[in-house]
Amino acid sequence: MRRNGPLALIFHTLFVVFMLAPIVVVCLVAFTPEGYLSLPTHGFSLRWFREIAEYPEFVHAFWISLGLGALSSFVALLFAVPAALAIARYRFRGRDALAALFLSPLMIPHVVLGIAFLRFFTSIGMGGGFPALITAHVIVVFPFALRLTLAATTGMDRSVEMAAISLGAGGWTLFRRVTLPLILPGVISGWALAFIQSFDDLTMTVFLAAPGTETLPVRMFLYIQDNIDPLVTSVSACVIAVTMTALILLDRFYGLDRVLAGKSDTGR
Amino acid sequence: MSAVVDTAPASAAADGQASGAPWLLTAPALVLFLGVLVIPLAMTVMLSFHDWGQYKGIEPVFILKNWREIATDPYYAEMFWRTFRIALLTTLITAVLGAPEAYILNRMSSPWKSIFLLVILGPLLISVVARTLGWALLFGGSNGLVNKLLMSLGLIATPLRFMFTETGMVVALAHVMMPFMVLSVWAALQRLDPQIENAALSLGASAPTIIRRIILPQIMPGVLSGAIIVFSLSASAFATPAIIGGRRLKVAATLAYDEFLNTLNWPLGAAVAVLLLIALALIVLGSNALIERRYAEVFR
Repeated sequence: MRRNGPLALIFHTLFVVFMLAPIVVVCLVAFTPEGYLSLPTHGFSLRWFREIAEYPEFVHAFWISLGLGALSSFVALLFAVPAALAIARYRFRGRDALAALFLSPLMIPHVVLGIAFLRFFTSIGMGGGFPALITAHVIVVFPFALRLTLAATTGMDRSVEMAAISLGAGGWTLFRRVTLPLILPGVISGWALAFIQSFDDLTMTVFLAAPGTETLPVRMFLYIQDNIDPLVTSVSACVIAVTMTALILLDRFYGLDRVLAGKSDTGR
Repeated sequence: MSAVVDTAPASAAADGQASGAPWLLTAPALVLFLGVLVIPLAMTVMLSFHDWGQYKGIEPVFILKNWREIATDPYYAEMFWRTFRIALLTTLITAVLGAPEAYILNRMSSPWKSIFLLVILGPLLISVVARTLGWALLFGGSNGLVNKLLMSLGLIATPLRFMFTETGMVVALAHVMMPFMVLSVWAALQRLDPQIENAALSLGASAPTIIRRIILPQIMPGVLSGAIIVFSLSASAFATPAIIGGRRLKVAATLAYDEFLNTLNWPLGAAVAVLLLIALALIVLGSNALIERRYAEVFR
C-alpha cells in the first residue's frame, strides 16, 4: 500500500488538533491560578480542584453518578447475561425481534426516552427518585451490556463446557464454575462500557433528576447554563479522568478497538 | 410460549435443556423492556393527544390541539427546519473530513495507526458536556481562541460569532459526531482489498483516479451508514445545542425540554418529541432502504 504524502499528514495533524483541542483546553483551564477563565500562563495551580470541595452539590452529584453508573450497569448485566446466552445459543421463534427490542434504546433519541420515563415514573409516583433513575439507566445501558456479553458468548469455546457436563456438572454449577469465568472478560467490559454510558448520560437523565438526585452531568449542565467559570472546568477535568480510567480498564480486559468497532454499527 | 420451535444448532442441543430455555432466559429482560420501555413510549404518544391549560394542568382527553398547533404555528416549522438543517450540515462536514481521515489512518504504519485511532475515537466516550464546554471556551466571545487563530492566519478580518449561533452549533456538533463517521468509514476500509489499489497503480492510474474510481465507490456504503448515524444523533442532540445555542436558538430536543421543565406544557412537549421520533425513523429507514438497494452486493 502507498504511504501517506505530506499533504495527507498535514490534514491528519489538523484533524487530530481539531479532535483534541476542546478536551485539552478544558483540562488546561482547570489548572489556572486566576479567578477567571484563562489558560495557565503563569504556572499551574490546583486552586480550582480544591474549590470543588466547597461546593457540596458537585461532590454529592459525583457520588450519585458513580453509584448510579455502577449499580445500573450491574443490574443491566443481571438481565443481559441470561438474554445473551439465549440469543447466542438458540435459534427460536422471535429471536430476531427480541434482539431488536433489546437493542432499540440505541435507536430511540434520548430526549424521547427521557420524556417517556418522566411521564411513566411520575404517573406511578416514582418521579424524581433514585429507583426511577436506576431503572431508566438500566434500559439505556442494556444494549451495551448485551452487545459485549453476546460477543463473548458467541466466541466462546464450548468444548470446556462439554467436558464439565461429561464430568457431571450441570445447571447453576456449570454456569458459575465454567461458563461465567469463560465469558467474564466480555461481561466486565460490558459493565465498563455500560458504566461510561450511564456516567456520561445527560439528555435522558436531565428529565428525571430532581434536586438531591442530580447526576454530575446534570449538575454541570445546569451550572453551565447560568455561568461558565474555572470551577466547572476542574469538575470536567475530573469527569474526563474518571472516563479515562474506565477506558484503560476496558482496553486491558477487552481491547478498546473491539469495543468501539462493536459500537460502530449501533445505528443499524 | 410452548409453541416455540427449537431449531437450535447441534451444539446447543447438547445442553439437554428443554425448548423453553431461551424464553426462560430472556423472560426477565423482556418483562423489563415491556414494562419500562414499551409502556412509557405508548404513554408518551397518548400524552401528545391530551389537553393542557395554565391552571387546569394536564387533562386526559383525546384531542388534536397540540398536533394542530405544531402544524399551523410557523414557529415549529422554523424550529424543525433549523434542527434538520444543523443535522444535515453536521453530517456533510463529518463526511467530508472524516472519510479522508479514516483513509489516511488506515494507511498509517502499525504503532501510529492504533494510537491515532484511539485519539480520534476516545472522545466518543468522554462526557458531551465536557467536550461542549471545551468548545464554549474556545469560542468564548469575540476574542476567543478560535477567532484569534483564524485572524492571525488571515482567514477572517473581523471576529466571527460562534456562541449562540448555528455556526457554533454545527462546529461543536461536528466534533462530537466525528468519531462515528471515522468508525463507520474505517469499518468499510477494513473490508477493502489493498491489492485492488495496487493493481490500479500498476496499470498506471494516478492517485486522484485511484481515489475517485477505486476507493470512493468501495467506502461509499460506510460513508452513507455513518451519515445516517450522525444525522439521527445530531437531529436529536441536546447538550451541544443547549450550551452553544443558549436559551433562544432552539432545536427540537431543547424545545421539548423547555416545554417539559419550564413551561410545563407536557402534552405539547410530548407531541414535539413524538414528531421528532417519527421524522427520524422515516428518514433513517428510508435512507437505509435506499442504500441497501443501491449497494445490495456489499451487504450480502
